[in-house]
Amino acid sequence: MNFPAELKYSKSHEWVKMDGDVAVIGISDFAQDALGDVVFINLPGEGDSVTAGEAFGDVESVKAVSDIISPVTGVICAVNEDLADAPENLNSDPYGAWIIKVENITGQEDLLDAAAYEALCAEEG
Amino acid sequence: MKLIFEKSVPGRGMSLLPPCDVDLVAMPAGLERETMPQLPEMSETDISRHYTELNQHVHGVNCGFYPLGSCTMKYNPRIDEEMAALPGFTQIHPLAPADATEGCREVLDTAKRYLCEVSGMDDMTFQPAAGAHGEFTGVLLIKQYHDARGDKKRTKIIVPDSAHGTNPATAAMCGFEVVNIASAPNGCVDLEALKAALGDDTAGLMLTNPNTVGIFDENILEITRLVHEAGGLCYYDGANLNAVMGVVRPGDMGFDCIHMNLHKTFATPHGGGGPGAGAVGCKAFLAEYLPKSALMDGPGRLQVRGFAGNFLVVVKALTYIMTLGREGIPEAARNAVLNANYLMRKIQGTFEPAFDRICMHEFVLDLSGFKKETGVSALDVAKSLIDYGMHPPTMYFPLIVHEALMLEPTETESRETLDWAAEVFRQLYELAHKDPEFMHNAPHNAQIGRPDEVRAARNPVLRWQKS
Repeated sequence: MNFPAELKYSKSHEWVKMDGDVAVIGISDFAQDALGDVVFINLPGEGDSVTAGEAFGDVESVKAVSDIISPVTGVICAVNEDLADAPENLNSDPYGAWIIKVENITGQEDLLDAAAYEALCAEEG
Repeated sequence: MKLIFEKSVPGRGMSLLPPCDVDLVAMPAGLERETMPQLPEMSETDISRHYTELNQHVHGVNCGFYPLGSCTMKYNPRIDEEMAALPGFTQIHPLAPADATEGCREVLDTAKRYLCEVSGMDDMTFQPAAGAHGEFTGVLLIKQYHDARGDKKRTKIIVPDSAHGTNPATAAMCGFEVVNIASAPNGCVDLEALKAALGDDTAGLMLTNPNTVGIFDENILEITRLVHEAGGLCYYDGANLNAVMGVVRPGDMGFDCIHMNLHKTFATPHGGGGPGAGAVGCKAFLAEYLPKSALMDGPGRLQVRGFAGNFLVVVKALTYIMTLGREGIPEAARNAVLNANYLMRKIQGTFEPAFDRICMHEFVLDLSGFKKETGVSALDVAKSLIDYGMHPPTMYFPLIVHEALMLEPTETESRETLDWAAEVFRQLYELAHKDPEFMHNAPHNAQIGRPDEVRAARNPVLRWQKS
């Protein structure tokens, strides 16, 4: 399982990459593996506000529908619309398949570094 | 295949009703509909062929092997149908005078007595229409019990993470907060996690035993004792009762109330959306909260469905119990367990069980290693089974097993059928290593390939409309 060192992770298995003032958000390799084959993603809209700790969308896999929790508070400035047609990219390339980009960030959850997140996954796995 | 509405030809029809031999009475003004209903117009021949064609599209227990885990797709004896079709049962109305419904009431009383004996309960209602409705009724009994004692702080229901999805849904529908506890590595309740979750806010625990991975929780007496000690009640989900009926009783395990899926465990046809019967039993101290029929039993108590629920399902269940008898009921349970273990061991060596130990009436295969190796998923295997004329097992459940296939062969399958099923699994295991692409595209011989399940769930078209 892959835990890129340059990313931060939430306990609910989203990853965050800070790109200047913009947070790029996706779901982790562990998350996609636990979900199984993803068949649908419910995406938010550009300009929507997100709140740290609250759902901004959901993914449906062959197993279940799960909320995607925002690790930060801010405003969505970009949505990866390609995922709507190819949600399986979340499985094949979880760190390439970003879901949203957030700007005007005013708050965030306690995020884990790669080592701490890997330990959490080992515990849950 | 075309819908019956698409086959309709204007003006075509047949005479179902004899000519009217009384004077016609006009509908009061304002009550007549403005447009004719859009009913299909067809000849009897075409209707007969339409439904026969539909029948050929369906896979039922009468067509072939149907190992759909936790659904207990056992064979439904014809004698059950014959009894339920007796005019004395079908040509009666619940509001008929009491002296005309004595036989039906005797059926209900006898069924209640036998099912209380099987479950170890003291009283029962047949009102709930099926399992989830039964859960809802049962958990309302728990709520009512605490409310009646003025114990308002009990707001939480504990549910293990291996539970059927209906359990947390039921608890939430009844207004409780759901506390999910993780299972121990052996798939059973983690006693430490349970102890940590229990408190004076615990209203109860919902559990099925054997659990959803097909394992009998050996700590059950300790589990129910701990819950009672904390002041909570124990609810038994009867989904897996087929493994233990007549062998061990939920009431003796320490459960206070229970639902039984009469349509599963006691062999009435199901899977097509009903009718079912989710009989709810309880210990004597909860009996006063059971729903009653306001019309049959007198006013005063709430009801969760009209009259005595789906009465004819109770007739079938009673017939089943009386046919098998005191010896036959536990023998059926033992054979269900034997068949599951036989099939699990026959398949082992290709697909591996998630828990390598003696199972109860069902077992779960873990295909996560197989998927990493071949790229073929549990879904692909399930779809491939359709080409062999086998109904796929339950997939991706329970959630605690990745790439899960859950098989419940039931007691009514022969050794030859189980051998054949194991051989099909072995062939698919080999095929996955040779030609995974073929399996990604399965089924190849079915009427329908892979329907767009996501679109069907998110944008369902439930009603035909004239284009």
